[in-house]
Amino acid sequence: MAEYQNIFTQVQVQGTPEWGMDDTGGRLSEERAGKPFFSTLVGWLGNAQIGPVNLGMLGVVSLLSGFLWFFIVGINMLAQVGWSIPEFLRQGFWLALEPPGPEHGLSIPPLDEGGWYIISSFFLLVAVMAWWARSYQLAASHKMGKHVFWAFGSAIWLFLVLGLFRPVLMGSWSEAVPYGIFPHLDWTTAFSIRYGNLYYNPFHCLSIVFLYGSVLLFAMHGATILAVTRFGGDRELEQIVDRGTASERAALFWRWTMGFNATMEGIHRWAWWFAVLTPITGGIGILLTGTVVDNWFIWAQEHNFAPMYDGSYGYEAYGSYEAFIGQED
Amino acid sequence: MFPKWFDKWNRENPTNIYGPAVIIGVIGAAVFTATMLVAWGQPFATNSMQTGPRGTGMSVPEFKADLATPDPAIELLLEDPPFPPEPGEELAGDIYENVQVLGDLTDGNFNRLMAAMTRWVAPDEGCAYCHGDGGLETYGEDNLYTKVVARRMIQMTQNINENWDAHVNANKQVGVTCMTCHRGQNVPSDIWFKMGNVNEAMSGWSANQNRATSQSQSTSLPSDALEKYLLDGEIIGVHDLESRVAGVPGENGYPGIQQAERTYSLMNYVSNSLGVNCLFCHNSRAFYDGSQVTPQWATESLGIQMVLELNNDYLVPLKDEYPPERLGPVHQDAPKAACKTCHKGYQQPLQGTNVIKDWPELATTGAPEYGD
Repeated sequence: MAEYQNIFTQVQVQGTPEWGMDDTGGRLSEERAGKPFFSTLVGWLGNAQIGPVNLGMLGVVSLLSGFLWFFIVGINMLAQVGWSIPEFLRQGFWLALEPPGPEHGLSIPPLDEGGWYIISSFFLLVAVMAWWARSYQLAASHKMGKHVFWAFGSAIWLFLVLGLFRPVLMGSWSEAVPYGIFPHLDWTTAFSIRYGNLYYNPFHCLSIVFLYGSVLLFAMHGATILAVTRFGGDRELEQIVDRGTASERAALFWRWTMGFNATMEGIHRWAWWFAVLTPITGGIGILLTGTVVDNWFIWAQEHNFAPMYDGSYGYEAYGSYEAFIGQED
Repeated sequence: MFPKWFDKWNRENPTNIYGPAVIIGVIGAAVFTATMLVAWGQPFATNSMQTGPRGTGMSVPEFKADLATPDPAIELLLEDPPFPPEPGEELAGDIYENVQVLGDLTDGNFNRLMAAMTRWVAPDEGCAYCHGDGGLETYGEDNLYTKVVARRMIQMTQNINENWDAHVNANKQVGVTCMTCHRGQNVPSDIWFKMGNVNEAMSGWSANQNRATSQSQSTSLPSDALEKYLLDGEIIGVHDLESRVAGVPGENGYPGIQQAERTYSLMNYVSNSLGVNCLFCHNSRAFYDGSQVTPQWATESLGIQMVLELNNDYLVPLKDEYPPERLGPVHQDAPKAACKTCHKGYQQPLQGTNVIKDWPELATTGAPEYGD
């Protein structure tokens, strides 16, 4: 049966581990850690080879710093339940490390009122920025473009807006997001409600467009390439410069379907920009909230895109509670 | 197992049976499901009560099975009409000693109400629950805390029926009696106590939230919403009422996200107490907007003011009367009331059954009106 009609990768290469090139005079080889091995399970989803990893100094800093953040948050949660492991597991999704209250402004509060939050946030910042720098460093050592670096940067933009830029502009760490499973979701809802319904924030609208657009493009592109794999369409880079029947068929399919088609190269630019614009526009929307606009619903009414219901709501026509519960005489 | 010719034929004619089997299975299951749905109907059918203009999606859904089942507590209510007083009949205040409330009642109505209160609050313990075992001649004494509390609760009930008429009789005459909260129990269900800090080793906004408690209704929202809004009387306000304001959230009366979360906790409690959703009172696109709320919003706002008064004027001052086992487990505070103490999950307590019609004695703080 057709191998490409499968959710798993059908072709696995397992042989002598591949060590990769080293055109930096041996430095990259020195920093490669771990003995490579093969996993058939992993091979169903991607490349079957695991390792080696080029962690580098930035990677070590990032991991150490990241674990520090992780354990500060976790141990704070554990302290909140009186060091009880069963309670920690039972309430795990509820617990959080909260930012300081608004009374502390941008000062460093006592440890038990958000001080640990500030300290852990510093380590999270170091971890993320080190990982970001690493994505530049590794791309440079492979003489690649820095597309991954910039794409990760767009996510970091949103992260920094939420946890650093906006709290500083608002003059209070209390505007930052708590570290917890349910609590950060509560924060998201409360943030939207506090600032008069974020759905009326046009940059929130744009972010949603790009998010859903990314999903759609991902599905269209993945489906298209899988569908023309039998004609060599999976060799996408080759098809960019040497267009073959796979590209022709894929292009025809979309042009006949909707009158327009991307190209083998252009589709990747579409995908990259849609993905990157999701957090960029979202971050702008968050940054404007509370700093420039305090109530998005009223702002939307002032700018004529939130409709008003004029006149009577017509409650008398809705039917009574007695009728609803079946007790109407 | 199979004859040789059968195995041989199969070997020579390899056929993919899995593809067709999957297709037939999927289509078959879909047809079966569709047939069952048409034949038997939606197994979890719902009805919706519209609460706002068409197109806004404002409605309160309920399962039809739940709607078909009346509140089981309604069955516990008994018909017990008053005795119309004769002119010149002697009043309870003159007959008995130490009658501080209900002194304007005739003997018959006084004892009718006493018997009813026993049914409502202490059906197992009987009269002795408040009056002790000393016999009728000691019924005037105030030795038991239960009697002192009961007297205050009668005053509270009269106050609710008279002065909070706009809440308890918002749609029609419903009223409240002891039964509305007690339902035959000494201590009503769904009362609440102060919780204080629910997290150890933390203080401030890090300490009062992120735990599944009865007051956070098992969410991670703050557990002190009832205390702040229904006892301390903090202003319930989340939004700025202009698109741009000068203040900083959380300072000088401008609400912060923390107030939004605490308000969310309160609103979630109210929703669960009434068995409704946000849209029962609000148009969720603009929760704060007074021009888009429903008539229920006004009734509910009165309810919040009423609960504030009940807690501060009636329930908290009784603290010193109670024995230790009736006080709160954390702060040894008096038991307090909130929406769920009466509503118990229904839009209207006892689904809007008129409980006051037989009890003009409880409907007013003055002398009862028995009509003509």
